[in-house]
Amino acid sequence: MSADQDPKDILKNMPYEPMQAKIIESHPLTEWERFFRIKLDNKKELGHMPGQFVQVSLFGQGEAPISICSSPTEKGFFDLTVRRIDSGSVTPALHRLKKGDVVGIRGPFGSSFPLDKMQGNDILIVAGGLGIVPLRSLIHYILDKRKDFGQVHILCGCKTPKDMLYGDEISTWEKRADISFQCTVDRADPDWKGNVGLITGLIPGVTLSLKKTYAVVVGPPVMYKFVIIELIKKNIPENQIIVSLERKMRCGLGKCGHCQIRNVYVCQKGPVFTLVDLKEMEGECHEGECRAK
Amino acid sequence: MKHGIILKSDMDQWFDSLKKRGKVYGPKKKESAFVFGLVHAFKEMSLSYIPTILPPKKYYLPPKESLFKFKIKPYEAAKATTAFEEFILFGVHTCDIAGIQCMDVIFNENPADPNYLSRKEKITIIGIECLDYCDSYATCASVGTHIHKGGYDIMLTDLGTAYLVHINSEKGEHLIKGKKYIRELDLETRKKWDKIIEEKNKKFKNEFKAELPEVSKVFEEGFFSPVWEDVGKRCVGCTNCTAVCPTCYCFDVIDDVSLNLSDGERSRVWSYCQMDDFARVATGEDFRPGRGPRQRHRYFRKFKYSVLKYNKYFCTGCGRCTRTCMAKISLKETVNGLLDEKRGKG
Repeated sequence: MSADQDPKDILKNMPYEPMQAKIIESHPLTEWERFFRIKLDNKKELGHMPGQFVQVSLFGQGEAPISICSSPTEKGFFDLTVRRIDSGSVTPALHRLKKGDVVGIRGPFGSSFPLDKMQGNDILIVAGGLGIVPLRSLIHYILDKRKDFGQVHILCGCKTPKDMLYGDEISTWEKRADISFQCTVDRADPDWKGNVGLITGLIPGVTLSLKKTYAVVVGPPVMYKFVIIELIKKNIPENQIIVSLERKMRCGLGKCGHCQIRNVYVCQKGPVFTLVDLKEMEGECHEGECRAK
Repeated sequence: MKHGIILKSDMDQWFDSLKKRGKVYGPKKKESAFVFGLVHAFKEMSLSYIPTILPPKKYYLPPKESLFKFKIKPYEAAKATTAFEEFILFGVHTCDIAGIQCMDVIFNENPADPNYLSRKEKITIIGIECLDYCDSYATCASVGTHIHKGGYDIMLTDLGTAYLVHINSEKGEHLIKGKKYIRELDLETRKKWDKIIEEKNKKFKNEFKAELPEVSKVFEEGFFSPVWEDVGKRCVGCTNCTAVCPTCYCFDVIDDVSLNLSDGERSRVWSYCQMDDFARVATGEDFRPGRGPRQRHRYFRKFKYSVLKYNKYFCTGCGRCTRTCMAKISLKETVNGLLDEKRGKG
């Protein structure tokens, strides 16, 4: 038995059994993504940190790992943004749920963005596509504790203007004087007045104070490689480049094996890693995730 | 008593006394192979057997195991049963006992697994010492599992007309208590036993071309070796190797709903890293594409990752993966291939 656990407690502990929770708000964000505000029935806080995820259970459909997109500074609920994957079973069923419906929640699981280290430093946030979802948790946290951080730059990219998540919030971020926010789309539509092009194109224009900047990058695997090249060009040290990796987290307990990268269980040691951590996983990271050679 | 002697002619009555403790599972002949199954009488067992198709893993990490029951509407989750029955595993080879010890490490690690641990508490293990190789696929000497190193309650060693009974736990002690036909080991039999072990030790020789520390080192350096490409080209992705492995414990979590469409059950089922969708996420990205990388992952979980994490090799040398492989991928050849390559003979 583990030294720090009483054997009797281990047997009472049911790590697979979810907590009952209620959807207290739900609305579509785009054609594919839907927003959920959730409250645990036991009235306890989820107790997460930005960057962590939960397993959302719909009995009869299964479980899916979903990033938490609200900050722990927001009390009494937590938020999820879920992309509907029609070939799957959990997310289409989740999209059909309404306010008042019940879901099961396990977690929070995994590592969080290293807020202790990031405090007092400048922050560069690079969000590609769905990457904005876990980063919304971090952005809310930083905005709620704004004086704990230096300059804050947020770069956000998506395919087209209609794929953009949290549009209303983004327009308030754009107006704030205490952060710099830039957004770009791969393909514009006639109403789009902002930047067009890849998110990598925005990085050279950001003025950073070298050694005190933490860059936090979340996006699709293909994005990492090119963003990281730009960040290295900016001389940001590798232990200050933070990424979050997508993997197939099944149990969340470091047992089932599905999320493993070499010797690392992403559900436990990740999903948040530094570029230094990724080097140890060479050969099993998606080529986009590993630093370009 | 630490060491006892039981005549083979007394095994029937001893076995019958064991049945009072719980169900007994042991090795039985099934067509051309052996399997662990429920045993009612000593003579049903084949104690001289090559490793069973599946290791006894099926009893302590069942292929499908209920985690809890649920109701969809209204939402309800009911605790899963963790009250399991006592049972005895009889005639377990030392390699399979080593496999159980590996599982113990995994499921005791925080967060500990209540299902496994509750089940494990109820098992009594009676091993049987191997005095010769099962066949040429076994690599037990390379990992030292031909010699028992704990993890059992009783170990039997065949001394010809009798078995040596090595009692290794309180549970084991309990099983021989008051059995007048099990007598204390005497000097003469001890000499006979020593001779048998001496003969045994002559038969087992490291099947790898190097000792384990060097094997571990070639794994460290061999992640990008062409050996994996070669293995990947031959592998047909049938997952047999992972299904029969005594130290493979990966699983998936699934829901079953009953015909009333409300009651159901969530279970974990064995899952295999050799399946092409094992690391594929919902959006379609496959994070371990290709049979070469998938086979490499399997080998690294036995010879490198477990060593880094627990200082323990997770290959028990039982030879099942080689015996069952449809593409004739041999563990011995793969490991020796890596060693050859390092030594420039590849």
